[in-house]
Amino acid sequence: MAEFTLRLRRFDPESGEGAYWEQHTVQLEEHHSVLEGILQAKAHTDGSIGIRCSCRAAICGSCGVRINGEPGLACNTHLDHAREASIQAGSDGVIVVEPMGNMPVIKDLIVDMDAVHWKKIRRVTPWLINRQPVPEREYIVERESMVDVTQTMACIQCGACVSDCLSMEVDPGFIGPAALAKAYRFVGDPRDDQHFERLNDLADDPLGIYDCTHCFKCVQACPKEVNPMGQIMRLRRLAGSDHDIEDPNNGRRHEQAFTTLVRGYGLLHEAELLPRSYGGDSWFGKFHPAAGKELLASLPVVLKGLIRGKVNPKTAAFGHKLPKPALDAVRAIFDRVEGKGHSTRAERHELNLYVTGYDEDEPDGHAHEGAAPTPGRQGDQQ
Amino acid sequence: MKVAYWPGCVSRGFTPELHGSMAKVAPLLDIELVELDRANCCGAGVIAEHNQELADTLNARTFALAQGVDGAQMMMNICSTCQGAQGECQERLDANAEYREHVNETLAGEGLSYEKGLTNKNFLWLLVEEIGLDELSARVKRPLTDLRVGPFYGCYIVRPRHRLGIDASTPRDHYLERVIDALGGTVTEYAGARKCCGFPIITMNKEASLKQAGRHLGDAIEAQADCLVTPCPLCHLNLDMQQPLAEGIVGRKLGMPVLHLPQLVGLALGLKPAELGLGRHIVKPTAVIDWTSAVVASAA
Repeated sequence: MAEFTLRLRRFDPESGEGAYWEQHTVQLEEHHSVLEGILQAKAHTDGSIGIRCSCRAAICGSCGVRINGEPGLACNTHLDHAREASIQAGSDGVIVVEPMGNMPVIKDLIVDMDAVHWKKIRRVTPWLINRQPVPEREYIVERESMVDVTQTMACIQCGACVSDCLSMEVDPGFIGPAALAKAYRFVGDPRDDQHFERLNDLADDPLGIYDCTHCFKCVQACPKEVNPMGQIMRLRRLAGSDHDIEDPNNGRRHEQAFTTLVRGYGLLHEAELLPRSYGGDSWFGKFHPAAGKELLASLPVVLKGLIRGKVNPKTAAFGHKLPKPALDAVRAIFDRVEGKGHSTRAERHELNLYVTGYDEDEPDGHAHEGAAPTPGRQGDQQ
Repeated sequence: MKVAYWPGCVSRGFTPELHGSMAKVAPLLDIELVELDRANCCGAGVIAEHNQELADTLNARTFALAQGVDGAQMMMNICSTCQGAQGECQERLDANAEYREHVNETLAGEGLSYEKGLTNKNFLWLLVEEIGLDELSARVKRPLTDLRVGPFYGCYIVRPRHRLGIDASTPRDHYLERVIDALGGTVTEYAGARKCCGFPIITMNKEASLKQAGRHLGDAIEAQADCLVTPCPLCHLNLDMQQPLAEGIVGRKLGMPVLHLPQLVGLALGLKPAELGLGRHIVKPTAVIDWTSAVVASAA
């Protein structure tokens, strides 16, 4: 038995008072969970502590909270790990528990999932749509295509990714990581016959797939390795490459311009990327009215950059290019991987480590010093 | 130490002062830079969004070129985004021998082949793990006394932790604070240090993008930072180059200088602000920080 101190964020809207911190000391085994700590404080000290929970086995997704500032499941976080994380962060070993972010607090550690999370899930039509006649017996589906959607099916709707989403922090209307991962669950399902409609809707919406800021917060937050940001990138890939969906948010144009420029130069030609993202993926893109408007808005900064020698006029105008033999090699890679046109889903070789795992010779610890893949990552949640 | 050096695209395009300052700082730390001048863009996550295998193959090419540098101990980059985007591709390449072989077949045309297990470190990681903070401190000629510095990491170099090799024994997401401290500066804590600068959506949702940049810069002002420091040139674009536009979005005057990591290190190692290209920034650090009393005075 060991002693742990929990610092809980308390808030009761009916009291008329603001939120405040309250400390509780609990006696539990080290491997017990933060949830058990909260429940002991509730049982022994203060029955009014609000916490939502059910299964206590990381299945139901009810007890999403922030522990030492990181989102996670209270039932899936060991007390000793949480204390260690607090000490590592330069704190006093006290375990800080707060309600999740990006959602209104109902009471103490309970947030309003209906107002944000569930509303966004409903936004993506989270059920299978198939207008074809129902087969006489079961649907026959390729095994691979169902394996492909298992990652998104692993979502337990805990809201941890929503809690930490940085796009949502500045743009609360963003459909968000959980709902978009759910959208892939149906876009990736061969039984659903509304793939184009779904993708078109999510690409067209300024708060849809192109509003993700690529911050990896949801990837880090998810206790089930759903990789919501990865699913959003797959939605973008399908919308742009497979369905040729032109969106009003410059999403596809940006991706195309970036890829075309790297094929053409081997390096990124930044000065061309901006006008092409707005005006279209060609040298003439900059003369499109949408690009002109943006260039005009950027003019003061561009001029200042030129005057201060930040931007070399030659680099700005012509970009920087790899020497010819290297550039030819880069272009040969593009041709071999993509063929002449852009590739479709069936032609693309896409490795998903969630499905394939790591080679057996991969050691458990750091494989190499630079960027070390380690299979399984429950410990990351501490 | 000798490293295969990948400067990235932006450090040679819109933030040339980053590439230039790294070249000046390296000899002061006994780092020999062998520039990978035939290597290609990492794709910044955008090419992977378009076609994963294409991004993996392009980066495998860069890794193979790095492995071909005679006597280099590792590959070094100066861009958080390169670190993250390359790390993601390397994770797949290293995880699966069959896939690696498939990718290497494409590289064979150029006579290249990537062998599993490359070490690729951002300058920040190399400073702490290879050079060491004690050694860095010992080389400081002009401690950044009284300079209040806010760290700004960039998403790609702090998340996801397992892929970036961040854990309790390797707290790479706290290295900037340690480096600022080793250089004699004062770490300024503020909310935005590990948040997103907004750059990836600048062309798709400009308001949300610049709201992020503006908010973090504002938070740093509230925390009384003199400047920010970042290992990411793409963050620098949104935080410095776009700062005048961000001011309009968040409706307040900002004027927060943002230094590239090699610039901050260079100042402490005795280089002059002009040599490090500080005058090239949109928000000139020289106009905001009183260098005569804060830094330069202690040079004697």
